[in-house]
Amino acid sequence: MKPSNFDYCRPDSVDEALSLLSEYGDDARIIAGGQSLMAMLNLRLAAADVLIDIGRLQELSECRQVGGYLEVGAAVTQAKLLNYPGLAEIQPLLAKALPNVGHFQTRNRGTVCGSIAHADPSSEIPLCLAALEGEVVLRSASGTRTLSAADFQTGMLATAIAPGEMITAARFPVAEQGAGYAFAEVARRRGDFAIVGLAAIARNGTLRLGAGGVAGKPAILEWQIEAGQLDDALNGFAWEMEGEDDIHATAKYRRQIVRQLGRKVLEEAKSCSS
Amino acid sequence: MTDTKTLNVGQPLERTEDLRLLRGRGRYADDLPVSPRTLNAAILRSPHAHAEIETIDITEAMSMPGVAAVITGEDVAQHSDPFLVALRQPLHQWPLAVGRVRYVGEPVAVVIADDRYLAEDAVDALQVSYKPLPSVIDPEEAASDGAPLVHEEAGTNLVSVRDFTYGDPDAAFAEADHTFKLTTQFPRHSYMPMENFVVVAEYKIEDESYDVLSNFQGPYSTHPVMSRALRVPGSRLRLRTPRDSGGSFGIKLAVFPYIVLMSVASKITGRPVRWVEDRYEHLTAANSCPNRVTTLEAAVTKDGVITALRFDQLEDYGAFLRAPMPGPLYRMQGAITGAYAIDNVAITNKIVVSNKMPAGLVRGFGGPQLYFALERMTNHIAGELGMDHLDLIRKNLIPAGSFPYKAAAGSLLDSGDYQKAIEITTGEGRLEDLIKRRDAARAQGKLYGIGYAAIVEPGMSNMGYLSTLLTAEAREKSGPKNGAISMATVNVEPMGTVSITADCMPQGQGHETILAQIVSDQLGLAPEDITVNVEHDTQKDQWSIAAGTYSCRFTPGTAVAAQMAAAQVRDKLAKIAAKNLNTPAENIEFTDGKIHAAGNPDNAISFGRVAGTAHWAPAELPDGMEAGIRETASWTPPELEAPSPGDHINTSLTYGFVFDMCGVEVDPVTAMVRIDRYVTMHDAGKLLNPLIAEGQVLGSFAQGIGTALHEEFLYDDDGNFLTGTFADYLIPTVAEVPRPEILHMASPSPFTPLGAKGMAEGCCMSTPVCIANAVSDALGVNVAQLPMSPKRLHALIDEDEPPRPSGAGQ
Amino acid sequence: MLKLEKDTRHKVRFVLNGSPVSGWADARMLLSDFLRQELGETGTHVGCEHGVCGACTVRIEGRAVRSCLTLAVQAEGFDIQTVEGLAGDDGALNALQTAFRKHHALQCGYCTSGILMSLTDMFQRNPSPSRDEIEDVVGGHICRCTGYAGIMDAALEVAEAGAGK
Ligand code: FES
Ligand code: FES
Repeated sequence: MKPSNFDYCRPDSVDEALSLLSEYGDDARIIAGGQSLMAMLNLRLAAADVLIDIGRLQELSECRQVGGYLEVGAAVTQAKLLNYPGLAEIQPLLAKALPNVGHFQTRNRGTVCGSIAHADPSSEIPLCLAALEGEVVLRSASGTRTLSAADFQTGMLATAIAPGEMITAARFPVAEQGAGYAFAEVARRRGDFAIVGLAAIARNGTLRLGAGGVAGKPAILEWQIEAGQLDDALNGFAWEMEGEDDIHATAKYRRQIVRQLGRKVLEEAKSCSS
Repeated sequence: MTDTKTLNVGQPLERTEDLRLLRGRGRYADDLPVSPRTLNAAILRSPHAHAEIETIDITEAMSMPGVAAVITGEDVAQHSDPFLVALRQPLHQWPLAVGRVRYVGEPVAVVIADDRYLAEDAVDALQVSYKPLPSVIDPEEAASDGAPLVHEEAGTNLVSVRDFTYGDPDAAFAEADHTFKLTTQFPRHSYMPMENFVVVAEYKIEDESYDVLSNFQGPYSTHPVMSRALRVPGSRLRLRTPRDSGGSFGIKLAVFPYIVLMSVASKITGRPVRWVEDRYEHLTAANSCPNRVTTLEAAVTKDGVITALRFDQLEDYGAFLRAPMPGPLYRMQGAITGAYAIDNVAITNKIVVSNKMPAGLVRGFGGPQLYFALERMTNHIAGELGMDHLDLIRKNLIPAGSFPYKAAAGSLLDSGDYQKAIEITTGEGRLEDLIKRRDAARAQGKLYGIGYAAIVEPGMSNMGYLSTLLTAEAREKSGPKNGAISMATVNVEPMGTVSITADCMPQGQGHETILAQIVSDQLGLAPEDITVNVEHDTQKDQWSIAAGTYSCRFTPGTAVAAQMAAAQVRDKLAKIAAKNLNTPAENIEFTDGKIHAAGNPDNAISFGRVAGTAHWAPAELPDGMEAGIRETASWTPPELEAPSPGDHINTSLTYGFVFDMCGVEVDPVTAMVRIDRYVTMHDAGKLLNPLIAEGQVLGSFAQGIGTALHEEFLYDDDGNFLTGTFADYLIPTVAEVPRPEILHMASPSPFTPLGAKGMAEGCCMSTPVCIANAVSDALGVNVAQLPMSPKRLHALIDEDEPPRPSGAGQ
Repeated sequence: MLKLEKDTRHKVRFVLNGSPVSGWADARMLLSDFLRQELGETGTHVGCEHGVCGACTVRIEGRAVRSCLTLAVQAEGFDIQTVEGLAGDDGALNALQTAFRKHHALQCGYCTSGILMSLTDMFQRNPSPSRDEIEDVVGGHICRCTGYAGIMDAALEVAEAGAGK
């Protein structure tokens, strides 16, 4: 189980990386931690002619708070974000979700943005980004653009990254005063990809529920608390995602989790809010 | 041997193996140096469940850098013969598909190249055109008329059907107050080791022989199968196994077709060839236990006494019957009544082939399949009769005091007191606690259940059991098969140091430590004074067909041979010392490196000095004594007789007893099972090293959890394989495996000189069904299929869900 | 900028268990293969090559990571520790190794090197982790032999000693 052949480049700056990207076009792939990409390369489910390694770029290795966002550079590992001082206050949803991402060893190397770029429908970080209405910062030789999570992930393993473009950062909104956050997932074993992952936010009379692992990309339900009848809304949400059967779960099972665990997570978020 | 000193056998000694393994200095098959001339292999495998191979175009692959050869089925058919099959059926298998592929993952071609990376590149460049054929995956479908044939020459997929009758089951059923029937399905899975298969093969043109290094595990009854396939006498297939093996659990028997394949590749390329299997290959094509559909009927009196059982066992071996299949269907034959005194049994054993990977050895080897049916049945009977399951178990157990007990189908159960084992397990408030937990949970509306399982665990297989598959007449013709030979050698070097070699291929069981314990006791030495080398070489070491590490044969087999060899050494040394010590040999003892007269430790000579005499001064030896000291002992127990004309067969030598009980809770939303408390009792006779024995229980328990809840090889209806990575095939991790409470009692086996029994497979047999019984109790359903994945359990507890609201999609 | 072309071998250097080492690697060579085949350090094992089993775990700059999901060239210039570097200078087993032996935390030993490296990373950052924290770390490994009980006991014993310090 060995990867097929590729050239390997390790640029010294984002600009260099971008010029490599425009030089090689579709033949090139960005690698940072490689915790998704290397497995796919080894299994020969993916191939690249050129790997551009941005894992060591200092300019992408920072986490910082800017303008109401926690901005996470493209080379920041999941472990680094999880251990970011004060994360539980800055963004409790991330603090609750990140321990569910892979394992200790893959979080040590896997990056936050790599997980977002991989866009697996059942992974936790894209789900959090979508639930929080975060943003993805993309750069190319011709400039920078910022996409909302909803616009960024277009489907299963599919994103709006254009040719010549790379993610330089993800932006997670910092916690709002008085808002409550909760996360839960059902997986076959601890550390497995979620069969269903649920992220809940309660604020200002509004409930927001993100669900991963059901549709091709994270889906969001928004609900005004005073509108009552949450059960019906959850049921509609569960059906609308049009989940499918796979070897681990049936569509019906997934709907059940969304309805029942969804309610529980929302309640937990509500109880954390003020 | 002295009686004043504590023996090393029976002590929980820390393992000597650990000293190297913890330093990263283990030497596994792929760690050993190879000649720089060695080439590396990668295998192209079938993407089809069933297809004809029309053409294989190797042109592009051959032109790629570093590629030395591409080998196809035609080459293999030219250089080798198909493997011998236990059944007289034309199920021809070569290590590469010849003309036709019969399962997804079947090897189709091998690329031999400078390194594995280049070999895989060339595999990608091979172009094969297939003509897909209809395939059959489900065993019952495969067995039915009109199903696509996996082997056309056989004319059927149902390649063997045998009926057996013990006692008078028909009468018992006719007279029964109640009869019950339950169909269970045991899945395909594998206790796959963490180390994959490794083969390094070299053809030696000078004497037309093969020299192979592989992490093969035995049994060596497979060695003639390989040498026959390679068309060489056994002595020209030198098979070496390394000191360390990264787990096996039965699986590494299945490396044997690759040993032949890489041998052929070496012959064709004229270079040594190395193949290191990768995990995808392993999951897809290495090995699986056979899946089994059992329909079990029971005849029962109104007070719950089981008077007869009728088994219909349909076992699915996948595309081929590799040696020594169909072992799992027959390994439990003699003990098919388990821990129960049931005199009347009818068995129909059916073997079916299908378009799935070939089945093979997996720890438990037929036991998990049997007990899933049998202990689900006793649970079912209890439920139907309104009895407590435990009472029903107790009522039917083989009575204490009746051992050795001849079971209906021929097993001679050596020793035990099953009632007492259960009493100990349920005692000290354990059962009360379980019931309390259940009642408390149920009071809160939780889905909580209790399960029990009582099983008999066989140890050391009778090499003749598989011939039960043949009719008595056919057996007569082919000559009797029986016994199970074990061998070990104790060598004393000129300076009095002691070393041991043996016919086992340990894969983590700590045999080096245990052999040193046994031999040190005999010779009055410390275990650390003894060197154990368990590398094995068929051209240099002792072995017979039963050699290997499988079916719990070490403790009742190799360990005994080592003790016998050490006793022979001791006798010889005692005779030598008798002269110097002026006391008869019978009166001589061995203590702390000294050989001395009994009761007179001062009248002593050092062990080394006495041993040295045999080397340095052979003229001083007593008359008739051979010079040098190297004793090989060979042991086969007389109890392992060939099948009787009436098909009674003592399938194993030792029969331990395992009783499990547990409480589980099922989450009504996620349908996931949480094991709340688990107690497991083992009577394996005398334990040679309790620390190692406990490890065996813990390991088999974790595997039992995998079988119960997680692990399954899945195919879709077209035969596509769905579980080719560790993200799909789910082996329990630490969070899924609670620590069980382990209890022991010891009813020493009268049939093994050490009193010890095989004990490493018990929980693979007891744990899956114990949890299934508990889940059945929790949900009020009959669990009839494993694993109890959330998907499967959710379907069992399925309720109507709120309908799709209008306007929500579609 | 570093640029390595396919089909050519490149010199890779790093510090392994305290000593500088170097070897030749293709761009695509996995670190696990480089350690085992190029440097002959076979204590690091390979069980799946897709990042799940943990057998190949080594420490890069102190952090336990999968060497099968890392290219040899990505380790260039870093500080790498493998199981061979755990025993003390005198060759004696360290506290964790000793606890593994005492608690029978290994059988075949194939998974063991990886687990030792993960736990070493954890203990270095947190000498007295909780049971749950240990489980999280051990959860990144598959052991087929032991049922994990001995591994947990060994790690908990070291954690207790760490808490006592
Ligand atoms: S070999 Fe790297 S995680 Fe399995
Ligand atoms: S000790 Fe064998 S896999 Fe863990």
